[in-house]
Amino acid sequence: MSLPSWGNFPSVVSEVITMRSLQTAQRSLQDKPPIICYGNGRSYGDSALGTTQLNMREHNKFIAFDPKSGLLETQSGALIADLLDTFAPRMWILPVVPGTKLITIGGAIAADVHGKNHHLKGCFSEAVVSLKLLLPNQKILNCSSSENTELFRATCGGQGLTGVIISAEIQLEKITSHKLDVTTLKAGNLEEAFSHFEQNPDSPYSVAWIDCCAQGPALGRSLVSLAKFSDRHDSQYTPRKRVNIPFFFPKLLLNRWTVQAFNAIYYRRFSKQKSESQADIDSFFFPLDMLRNWNRIYGKSGFVQYQFILPLASSHLGMTEVLETIAKSKRASFLAVLKLHGIANKNFLSFPLKGYSLALDFKITAGLFEFLDELDQLVLKHQGRIYLAKDARVPKSVFDVGYTKAEEFRELRRRIGASESIQSRQSQRLGL
Amino acid sequence: MTRKTLLVLGANSDIAQAIATKYASEGYQLFLISRKTERLALFATDLKIRYQCEVSCFELDILDTGAHHQVYTALPHSPDGVVCAIGYLGDQAAAQDNATELALVTQSNYTAIAQFLEIVAADMAGRKSGFIIGVSSVAGDRGRKSNYIYAAAKAAYSAYLSGLRNRLCDYGVQVLTVKPGFVQTSMTEKMDLPKALTAQPSQVASDIYKAQVKGRNVIYSKSVWLVIMSIIKIIPEFIFKKLNL
Repeated sequence: MSLPSWGNFPSVVSEVITMRSLQTAQRSLQDKPPIICYGNGRSYGDSALGTTQLNMREHNKFIAFDPKSGLLETQSGALIADLLDTFAPRMWILPVVPGTKLITIGGAIAADVHGKNHHLKGCFSEAVVSLKLLLPNQKILNCSSSENTELFRATCGGQGLTGVIISAEIQLEKITSHKLDVTTLKAGNLEEAFSHFEQNPDSPYSVAWIDCCAQGPALGRSLVSLAKFSDRHDSQYTPRKRVNIPFFFPKLLLNRWTVQAFNAIYYRRFSKQKSESQADIDSFFFPLDMLRNWNRIYGKSGFVQYQFILPLASSHLGMTEVLETIAKSKRASFLAVLKLHGIANKNFLSFPLKGYSLALDFKITAGLFEFLDELDQLVLKHQGRIYLAKDARVPKSVFDVGYTKAEEFRELRRRIGASESIQSRQSQRLGL
Repeated sequence: MTRKTLLVLGANSDIAQAIATKYASEGYQLFLISRKTERLALFATDLKIRYQCEVSCFELDILDTGAHHQVYTALPHSPDGVVCAIGYLGDQAAAQDNATELALVTQSNYTAIAQFLEIVAADMAGRKSGFIIGVSSVAGDRGRKSNYIYAAAKAAYSAYLSGLRNRLCDYGVQVLTVKPGFVQTSMTEKMDLPKALTAQPSQVASDIYKAQVKGRNVIYSKSVWLVIMSIIKIIPEFIFKKLNL
């Protein structure tokens, strides 16, 4: 029984071991190497696929919580959704959340995920006060920005390749409301979208939906959302009910015509240049979670997500070239998200850097991988890099250029004996 | 308002923990009883953080029947409900050859539990309130060669619960018999179970909670097992004995 990735591609046959106690992890490392930890199956590509998957979902207990300071110690298999359900009603939330709450804390650390507030709050690791890491030599080390610093920086963003993350201390943040005030700005083209981001650097949350089908003068037309937690006190946290996608949709449902039509309607949803609205936590931060198994809309052959980031200086030219290439290719991305990030952190393999990132979904069809190779070249040309949590196919040569600490990471893995005992299909592909 | 209390026997099992979690989320405080309380401590802390409820752990090996009375009377107060999720699958082949294994399966699934529940029943009858939830098994509905010693103990347990329900009815005490089919737990981890017939422990727990609140008597979880077992029960013995089950 192999556990699949979110993109349902690639498919890898594996043995699955359920993490029930520390001994499970220790024995797996010893008896079944190479292993890779598997959280809640939301990484899109092959970062949690391998020959032995250590399923962490049962390893999900809260260990300690200080209601005064908001410091939570939790086992790594707890979901962000568990934290929200428990602590949001008490007016505590995670300072950084990604676009889904259905990921484990261990996964959030391993991918060093970011959210709509990266420009102000940085990555998930900023909220990680410390973590306990089981090393290949069976020792458990406490790692933080002041203790075993190198391991901490390699582990946050390290795709689970430095050891098994056992537990973590997470610093929660106080909120005054469960509602967000959202301002949506229409941007007729890429230039306008960039200027909305850059003129609102203090907006706590900012993100844009971008229409990849638009061409010519409308290239890069977007809806930019800016948001902040409302001042009005409101203590109701109600998780949204979810609608299930019960089966894989037919392959042909999402094609460039349906996506084009959807995008045109979606963009015109807002008639004014600037609209104000209110959203709750779930609908603002995790809109796609409302559709359970939404990955099935891409059909059985699966999909890949392509997320890259370009430094600020080359962002405009680079994004323009990428969007032109996509529009020309007639490959429609149903979901496309643009975001201006803050400065890069010191972690070895964390994705964000000061500049714009674009996330795209592509259904797997003939010629897609050659097309993505083409995009890789544009990303390289503009000194960008690709997000590992979304990746199932980037070649080592492209990865190495974008991640300057890749060699240091490999060296650390050799030093702690992780190169042989911890491997994912991704680490094998990238020679990590 | 004081919180109601649920006593959970065999609290280290996956089903018991799912039931404890469900009742904690519904505002109950918990008494957890298990053979090994050190493992239980982590679970208890998690419940306290999540649901801001009181959770106390007590140590008891159900086979140590001499200790039952003392453990029950030493509880801070009488529980409003008791759920027993103790079960031991054992080894059918070993139990056929070995009287000790046969006795262990029978005690763990029936006799030792019944002895404990008699203490609970007397207490609840005296108070004229309370509920008892017994987690039996679909296996007890008909014996088959692959696990009949376990099945026989579960059948006895189901019959026991039926009689207990009859006795306690006049006292306003509810007895709920739960017959789970396949459940995805550490006990069944190595088995290749058919997905459509296999419940998650949390599903079983929420079925149990709903049934208890509604005052029901016997439930199957998943409910499709009621249909399956009804069919299995009506297969004539002269055919059934030849089946490879």
